[in-house]
Amino acid sequence: MVATFSSTGRDTFVGSPQSRVDGPAKVTGLAKYAGEFAAPDLAHGYVVSSTIAKGSITAVDTAAAEAVPGVIKVFTHENRPRTAWLNYNYQDAVAPPGAPFRALYDDKIHYSGQPVALVVAEDFETARHAAALVKLDYEAEEPLTDTEAARDLAYVPPKKRNGIKPPPEPWGDPEGAYDRAPVKLSQDYRLAIEHHNPMEPHASTVVFEGDGKYTVYDKIQGVSNSQGYLASVFGLNKDDLRVMNPYLGGGFGSGLRPQYQLFLAMLAARELERSVRVALTRDQMWSFTYRPDALQTIALGADRDGALRSLRHDAIGGTSHFEDYQEVVVNWSGVLYKCENVALTYKIAKLDTFTPGDMRAPGAVTGVFAIETAMDELAYATGVDPIELRLRNFTDHDQTAQDKPFGSKALKSCFSEGAERFGWSRRDPEPRSMREGRELVGWGMATGVWESMMMQSGAHAILSADGKLEVGNSTGDIGTGTYTILTQIAADTLGLAMEDVTTKLGDTRLPEAPVAGGSWTAASSGTAVMKACRDVAEQAFRLARQMENSPLANVDLDRVVFTGGRIEVAGDPGRGVSLVEAMRAGGVDRLEATAQGAPDKDFNDAYEAYTHSAIFAEVKVDEELGQVRLTRVVSAVAAGKILNPKTARSQILGGVVMGIGSALEEESMLDHRLGRFMNHNLGEYHVPVNADIYDIDVIFVDEEDKANPLGVKGLGEIGIVGTAAAIANAVYHATGKRIRHLPITVDKILA
Amino acid sequence: MNRFEYVRAGTVAEAVQALAADPNAKFIAGGTNLLDLMKYNVERPGRLVDITRLPLDRIEERDGALRIGALVTNANVAYDARVRAKAPLLANAILAGASAQLRNAASTGGNLLQRTRCYYFYDEATPCNKRVPGSGCPAIGGVNRIHAIFGTSEHCIATHPSDMCVALAALEATVQVSGPQGERSIAFADFHRLPGDTPEIDTDLTPGEIVVSVDVPTTDYGTHYTYLKLRDRLSYAFALVSVAAALELDGATIRSARLALGGVAHKPWRNREAEALLQGKPATRESFQAAADLIVGEAKPQSANGFKVELARRAIVRGLEQAAAGTPQSLTDKRIA
Repeated sequence: MVATFSSTGRDTFVGSPQSRVDGPAKVTGLAKYAGEFAAPDLAHGYVVSSTIAKGSITAVDTAAAEAVPGVIKVFTHENRPRTAWLNYNYQDAVAPPGAPFRALYDDKIHYSGQPVALVVAEDFETARHAAALVKLDYEAEEPLTDTEAARDLAYVPPKKRNGIKPPPEPWGDPEGAYDRAPVKLSQDYRLAIEHHNPMEPHASTVVFEGDGKYTVYDKIQGVSNSQGYLASVFGLNKDDLRVMNPYLGGGFGSGLRPQYQLFLAMLAARELERSVRVALTRDQMWSFTYRPDALQTIALGADRDGALRSLRHDAIGGTSHFEDYQEVVVNWSGVLYKCENVALTYKIAKLDTFTPGDMRAPGAVTGVFAIETAMDELAYATGVDPIELRLRNFTDHDQTAQDKPFGSKALKSCFSEGAERFGWSRRDPEPRSMREGRELVGWGMATGVWESMMMQSGAHAILSADGKLEVGNSTGDIGTGTYTILTQIAADTLGLAMEDVTTKLGDTRLPEAPVAGGSWTAASSGTAVMKACRDVAEQAFRLARQMENSPLANVDLDRVVFTGGRIEVAGDPGRGVSLVEAMRAGGVDRLEATAQGAPDKDFNDAYEAYTHSAIFAEVKVDEELGQVRLTRVVSAVAAGKILNPKTARSQILGGVVMGIGSALEEESMLDHRLGRFMNHNLGEYHVPVNADIYDIDVIFVDEEDKANPLGVKGLGEIGIVGTAAAIANAVYHATGKRIRHLPITVDKILA
Repeated sequence: MNRFEYVRAGTVAEAVQALAADPNAKFIAGGTNLLDLMKYNVERPGRLVDITRLPLDRIEERDGALRIGALVTNANVAYDARVRAKAPLLANAILAGASAQLRNAASTGGNLLQRTRCYYFYDEATPCNKRVPGSGCPAIGGVNRIHAIFGTSEHCIATHPSDMCVALAALEATVQVSGPQGERSIAFADFHRLPGDTPEIDTDLTPGEIVVSVDVPTTDYGTHYTYLKLRDRLSYAFALVSVAAALELDGATIRSARLALGGVAHKPWRNREAEALLQGKPATRESFQAAADLIVGEAKPQSANGFKVELARRAIVRGLEQAAAGTPQSLTDKRIA
């Protein structure tokens, strides 16, 4: 049953490249985003942000703002309506341990850019104008925002974040083995703070429906999370709160947790008893979550042939004063490489910033950059080819999880197929050995790894009398192609054309599914949709069998196929009835089913599940001028079954481009004296532009996995992991310069 | 962004009058910089005087110069056949800047008057002597990777962000302005100021004056020139260092040289001593290095932009090499020649 959807035993749409079903709506502007939904009498909120990073508000003067015609109300901590008292009520479904930030709670300032007032007016322009007239006085204290300066204050988080594996206990004798190893390496690695910066800034539109009911459009990666948060913070009944978000203009993790604009919009809507929208500006996109900096040290001890004898990976990540954000930074080193003496440690340090958050492959981007750069250094220290070195230290078992075997790990195919496509065998390993005109040419590679997860998810399927099918659940399509793959799965399971299937997402009236994150949506929602469709198929089959003179009267379910809108006897296409006929005969105008997809406990007890990749990068470096061009990338990915090679490839392309940004460009620059990010706009916070991107070649290697009935592993994150290391390794190969602090900018090449 | 009034000027005289009558008024043409500044509350004009209907949108050739009207868009300058033939350095520089969309909207006058991209200037939460005179300069000792290394003061270390102006400085353009006191010409070198102790003043314009046109001499720098821009990504980023270089050659000997740098000072940076040094010298790397050394000898880097000194030195040499070879930096081939 694994990896085949259609009851014909042969997939029709699944596995084939399909264009996005939501593409036309997106390119024609029909797709509406959270900040675009209108309501009669909609009021507009504009956020006033704190100018200091730490201290307190000593005076608030809203008179000038309130005097502006069209201003309805200015909310500050002095007049905010009451909301839930306990911290517990503010903890959303994916909150780390701690006391979540509450906007306008009191006079305390926790970070620069903190919302300190909300101006609500009849139109956006008036709100924005009046916001500039709100006067706040502060008593500022000296902030601490430098992770390096906070190093000595770092601690092991006492309470673990749900779903985040803490580092395993050390095993063997890492210190002794390091001392005895003939080859030793110990270096520090660092990644700059990055902000997600999806194209769509965060926004919430709260539509006041009267009678204590609200319809909320929120920029969120899963509407159930916003609904639960609002219900608990504002003491509302979930039945009175419909939360929707059909489309997301990019999330990358910034939309996993409800952000403060949702709280403020709801606060104002409830108090004013009218609809309110709050949309953040681009610079306010630096006023909440971010990918934290991490101070990392890796020490590798190895034999002269490259076999690892000792592996130590330590990391200190930043968090806020109010929550203990945690991500998996160091475990990847233990997952990737066989070694008998390993120590992995992870601490966090409190900073005067907002709580960091998950950003595409959280922790893995950070930690895998470090270990994969270190492995390249070991390749040079031992004279072993980087791929060969990785093969020598290859493991089929997860040493960080009781040595359980991996359910599947086609990483060796990634190495071989990627290397062949890239032309790796023609590489002269000597740094500075390859040149083209003025430019030095460098080839580097790295491994990528991400956990393959599945979450409990519901989904429904409704087959109408006209043969049209609707499927859906509450999760979000964050741009990954979820609408499309669910449509493919549903079409194949019931033997329909994709045009006859409509997928609905992002609505709390649909069966509950978690936030779209962790690359788990294909496995989780896909399984639930398939099961719901199977249930509908069985119901249709029963009706078909009950028809008078039914050609299927004496046929069992496992002998029929669903194809072309019909139920037919396998191998005997003439013998069958259409779904529509079966429903008509049965006197029903719809068949529906709700199903749950959930992780397979037996499988998880026996196996560990990871996605892998091998990334190959070519850089051309004009050393004199410090210019790096990334001219070629091959990303070979082992991610189980590929549902849609077209959207799958797009996922990897996007991940690789984001990896290029992380390697060469992205950096939120803090003025530590002010505790403030200074380059808070897209002109000065650099993400790659088209001109920076050349050929990206994506390969999906064959891999069969049985963690879920679809055989899929998820693709949203693997494309970014390891990409920065491959690029940094290529830069070393080109120039002989080992750059361990990202991004690799002009100044670092010149240094 | 504050509320403002909007009026439209029909003639240059009307525009001048409108601005002279209201110290809180600002001209608006393409608006590509002003609107951003208004959204950030950096500029809070009480009145916008729309000058886009003024008859200043033509390029004319006269008396050995191209007269570019203040309202000609950056794109129309860059793609104008006369500009490409007679002042290709200017076209090259313009196309190295911004994005196609911005170049389609931005005007020539506005390009001259665009304000610095200093992070602190743009952020009203922080002090800034250019935005609020006397409030201080946190860029000094702060996040100043992109800031100036020449001509700074203890009050301001901002740079002028234009690419076009770097070429105009090298080509020794003149700026024609009209104001309450009539018309006058300003040599390009005198148009932008150094910050000194009044960093809030960017240019030599007096209140009420409007840029009418820019005259670009049609010189003999049409063969040996380049605009080399070095930045953090290959498009849509301001220069860390840029070099406008133009040479007149007698065989292998430099008859005259023009050199202006962008991204390194409060104005396009020229060093005439270095240009004089090149005169009569062979067009070799050695000569270019001597000129580069002379220029960067004056550099005063900040806490985080020391790399700009060496980058400028090398960029000058490479720019002069490109100019000498007659191979201006291509804007489509991403490799640096």
